[in-house]
Amino acid sequence: MSLDTTALPAPTDQLDALESEAIHVIREVAGEFDRPVILFSGGKDSMLLVHLAAKAFWPAPIPFPVLHVDTGHNFDEVIEFRDRVVERYGLTLEVARVQDYIDDGRLAERADGTRNPLQTTPLLDAIAEHRHDAVFGGGRRDEERARAKERVFSLRTAFGQWEPSRQRPELWNLYNGRHKPGEHVRVFPLSNFTELDVWRYIAREGVELPSIYYAHTREVFARDGMWLTSGPWGGPRDGEEIVTKSVRYRTVGDGSCTGAVESTASTLDEVLAEVRESRLTERGATRADDRLSEAAMEDRKREGYF
Amino acid sequence: MADLLKLATAGSVDDGKSTLVGRLLYDTKSVLADQMEAVERATQGGGDPDLSLLVDGLRSEREQGITIDVAYRYFATPQRSFVLADTPGHVQYTRNTVTGASTAQLAVLLVDARHGVVEQTRRHVAVMGLLRVPRLVLAVNKMDLVDFDENTYWRIAKEFAGLTEALGYAEDAVVAIPLSAKKGDNVVLSSEHTPWYEGPTLLDHLESVPVEGADHEAPFRFPVQYVVRPRTEAHPDYRGYAGRVAAGTVRVGDEVEVLPDGQRTRVEGIDTFDGELEAAHDGQSVVLRLADDLGIARGALLAAAGAPEPVTEFDATLAWLHEKPLRPGARLLLKHGTRTVQAIVGAVTHRLDTEDLSVVEDPGELGINDMGQASLTVSEPLPLDPYDEVAATGSFLLIDPQAGDTLAAGLVGRPLVARPLEVR
Repeated sequence: MSLDTTALPAPTDQLDALESEAIHVIREVAGEFDRPVILFSGGKDSMLLVHLAAKAFWPAPIPFPVLHVDTGHNFDEVIEFRDRVVERYGLTLEVARVQDYIDDGRLAERADGTRNPLQTTPLLDAIAEHRHDAVFGGGRRDEERARAKERVFSLRTAFGQWEPSRQRPELWNLYNGRHKPGEHVRVFPLSNFTELDVWRYIAREGVELPSIYYAHTREVFARDGMWLTSGPWGGPRDGEEIVTKSVRYRTVGDGSCTGAVESTASTLDEVLAEVRESRLTERGATRADDRLSEAAMEDRKREGYF
Repeated sequence: MADLLKLATAGSVDDGKSTLVGRLLYDTKSVLADQMEAVERATQGGGDPDLSLLVDGLRSEREQGITIDVAYRYFATPQRSFVLADTPGHVQYTRNTVTGASTAQLAVLLVDARHGVVEQTRRHVAVMGLLRVPRLVLAVNKMDLVDFDENTYWRIAKEFAGLTEALGYAEDAVVAIPLSAKKGDNVVLSSEHTPWYEGPTLLDHLESVPVEGADHEAPFRFPVQYVVRPRTEAHPDYRGYAGRVAAGTVRVGDEVEVLPDGQRTRVEGIDTFDGELEAAHDGQSVVLRLADDLGIARGALLAAAGAPEPVTEFDATLAWLHEKPLRPGARLLLKHGTRTVQAIVGAVTHRLDTEDLSVVEDPGELGINDMGQASLTVSEPLPLDPYDEVAATGSFLLIDPQAGDTLAAGLVGRPLVARPLEVR
C-alpha cells in the first residue's frame, strides 16, 4: 500500500492534547455545577488534578476546595506534602476521617486491617454534608478493566452508586452534567492519560510529588508478593522478615495494603524509564485490595468508591 | 514523535470483537504480566487463553459473554499511539456504539465470515456514516472457519462496499481485511493461509492510514466556557474568556463576532498559564482577552466574521438513544457547545430503515436506536453550522428536562444517507 506522506498533518503533541482536554473538562464543571470539589490524597494523580485546575483558571485561583478521605494509615511524607500543596495554592482542605467512624463505631476495622474499602462511607457523607454536586477524581481508564468503562462525567445516585448499565452516552466533547437533587457527578479529567503519560507530563511540567514516589531506603517485609512497610497500621506477622531495600511507590494509599516496588529510580528520568519497561500494571503491582477478586474494583465502584 | 489514531470497533454479537481487540493488545505487547495471568486464571477449560477476557471488564459482560458498554483501550507501537473505543454489538446497546463513533477517526466493523453482512453490520455502518467517521475497515473475521475461502471474502467485501458507497464513502476510505482474531491471521502478522490477499494486515493499516487531523483552515469557533475574573491584588481588573478552540485558528488582533447577539470585537490577547500566545488552534484550551467589555457570559460563541445567522427553527438528523420514544410536541433541553436552551419537537419527518438503508417518510416517532430527522424550535437563537462543515458547532445533545438523561445525538444538516437505496 502506498502512503501519501504529504497528506499527514504535523504531529500534534499528545501531552498538549491531553492537557487541553483535561482543562476543558475542569472548566465545564466550573461552568455547570454549584459546589464542585477535588478529591485530593496527595498522590500523583490527584496532584495532577490540582496542577491542571491551577492552569485552567489562571490568573484566578482554583475555585474549588479539595477533599481528603483520610484512612488514618498515612505515610508522613504524603500528609506533609498535602498540607504544603494546600498552602501553596491557597486551597480550602476538607478532611473525612475513617478513624472518626471507627472510633464511634459507625465502621468496624476489617480483619485484614485494610482501610481502603472503608473510605466509601466517609466519602459519601462528606459529599452530602458539603452538598458537593461534582466530585473530581484522578481515575484513569488504563488503570483497570472496570475503570475502562467509565465515562468522563459519571452520574452517581443519591446513594453514591455507579450503575454501569445506566451510564449516559457521552458524545463528542459535549458533557451532560444534569442531575437531580441529592445525586452527584464524578468527573475524571485524566480519563485518557495512561500511567506513562502521567509521568511524562509530570516531568514536562516539573510537578512536585511526595518523596516516596522516588527510590529511597526503607525497611520492608514481603506479603502476597509485595513489599509492605511497618506503620501505625501494624507490621510483619510471624515468619515475615524485615529487610532493608531500595524501593519506591507507584501508587499512594492506605499504608497497610500499598506495596512498594524494588527500585533504584531516584530521579524523574529514571522513573520514566522504569515505567516504560514495567511488565506489571500499577494496581496489580502495588494494591492488595485490587487483587481481592476478579471484579474487586467494579464492586467498590458500584458502592460509591472513587 | 508518533502520532495518535482514535478508533472504534463494532460488530454484532459473537463476531469475536473482544477477541480481536484482545489479540491486538496481546500481539502489540500491550498486555502486562499481571493482566495476562488474570486472563489465564479465568479462561475456562484450560487451553489457549481467552483474549476477550482482556477487554470485557464488567461482571455482567463476562457472565453473558458480550460487551455491554464502551471500553477505552490504550496501546502504542513505534509508529503510532492508539485510543481504541471498543463498542458493543447488541442492538440494545447501539447508544454505546454512537458514543464510541462520535470521536473516532476510523472504525473497524467486524463480520463473521460464515454469516457475512447482517442487520447489525448495516446498523453499525449507518451509525459510522451518519457521524462521519472518516475511515472504515471491514474485518472479515473467523476466516479459519470457512477454510480461508477467497470467494467468501470477496462476496462480503463487495456487499459492504455497496453499503459504504450509499453512505457517501469514497472507495479509498474503506478497506476489507480477511482475518482470524482467534488464530491471529492478518491481525498483526500476515497469514500464510491467504496468499490471494495482497492488502495490509489490520495493524499495518492502522499504523499507516492517514489520520485526518485538526483543520486549522476551518472557520474559527470558540464556545465560552467560563469567565475568568480573578479580582485579586495582582489582577484586579483582569477579564478573560476561557474555552477550547472548537474549530479553526484565532490570532491576536483578529476580529470576532459574539453569537448569538452579533456584536463585534477584537482579540487583544491569548493567555495560558505558560504565557501568552500569538495564535491558538483547534483543540487548544486558552483564555481570550477581548478589546471590549460586551457582557459576555458562558454560552456565548466567539466566531470568525461570516458565521451563519443564528436560528430558532431548523431541521436536524437525530440518533435516538433512549427507551422513551421521540414524539412531535415533546419539550426537551438542547445542549449546543456551552449553551443549553429549551427545544420543542415539531414533525418527525424521516426515519432510516437500517435493514436496507432506505428512508421512511413521516414515521410519526423515533424509537430507541432509530436514526431519523425532525424539525426543532428552540427558545433562543443558536449559531449552528452544518455538521459536515464544522462538526463541533454542527452537533448537539437532546436532554430530558426532568430525568436529565441524554436522549439523542443531533447533527445539523446531515442527510441520513448520501444516496438512499430506495425512498418509501
